Amino acid sequence: MTGSRTTRILGSTLLLGAVLLFFLAFVATEPDTRIDAASGDTIGQFDAVRLMYVHVPSAIVAYTAFFVTAVGSVMVLLRRSVWWDIVAGASAEIGTVAAALTLITGSIWAKPIWNTFWRWDDVRLMTTLVLFMLSLGYLAVRRLEGTAEGRAVRSAVVGLLLIVNVIVVNRSVEWWASETLHQQSTIADVEIEDLTLFTFMYSIFFGVALYVWMLIHRFRVGWLERQFERFGLDDALAARRAEAADHPTVDAAIDSSGGNS
Amino acid sequence: MTHVGYLIAGWGTVVTVSVAYGVSVIVRGRKLAEKVPEDRLRWMTTRDATEIGVS
Repeated sequence: MTGSRTTRILGSTLLLGAVLLFFLAFVATEPDTRIDAASGDTIGQFDAVRLMYVHVPSAIVAYTAFFVTAVGSVMVLLRRSVWWDIVAGASAEIGTVAAALTLITGSIWAKPIWNTFWRWDDVRLMTTLVLFMLSLGYLAVRRLEGTAEGRAVRSAVVGLLLIVNVIVVNRSVEWWASETLHQQSTIADVEIEDLTLFTFMYSIFFGVALYVWMLIHRFRVGWLERQFERFGLDDALAARRAEAADHPTVDAAIDSSGGNS
Repeated sequence: MTHVGYLIAGWGTVVTVSVAYGVSVIVRGRKLAEKVPEDRLRWMTTRDATEIGVS
């Protein structure tokens, strides 16, 4: 059981928040339409712009998750902290899911806007793909054989690479603007306004809140995994001894038969 | 409404994956919690070493 009063309240709030997000994204906000000054034609992304409310939060959650992983990695290297090691691993797993969703929703959004799902020479797309692959590598390193300390330190080093890549992904549209179809920062330039801007900001807030809820649950799973890994055999033996103490005749019979059955 | 197929694909993927991942985490937690004693279920209530390698 990884739930608690706090996560249940947060989870219930998120469910209501999801309904509000659907309403804002599909009912309250208008599609993106503008009049071209030269031709007088109606241009814009039309309803495809509603994909922004899932694509951008996915990316922000991935960035946030990998930032937390990097902080946890530093704490593991500095203090050999079990707590931070579990936080780093939990956050990286959620970040990997979010990075995958960023790539998928980005590709789906790209098709009607750029007329292609993917471009192998696009710097934003490729750096995001590298980030996703690196996060998979981080999760793989966490599953390598070895001592808990060795595993934690190795994964912490890879965890620090994640945040370096996050910076590259985030800045790529500025550093190599001519090498990508991806637009530059929407938030910094405030190119959207009114209810669309509110919905955009709310979708990011919702995504981060969902990340926090998932992180709490995933941390508790990580904690339980660690407890089972460290004490699982001891607990099983203790349970067996307690059972034998409750049933001495059965225990004696097992002992007299040499434990063979 | 335009681009309905893209909207269903994009939003559908995010909702499906998020729900599936959330449920899988909760199910993993429930299964593990059955194998771990009550006093070690939560880190805040566990008297455990905080340093890696110290048991």
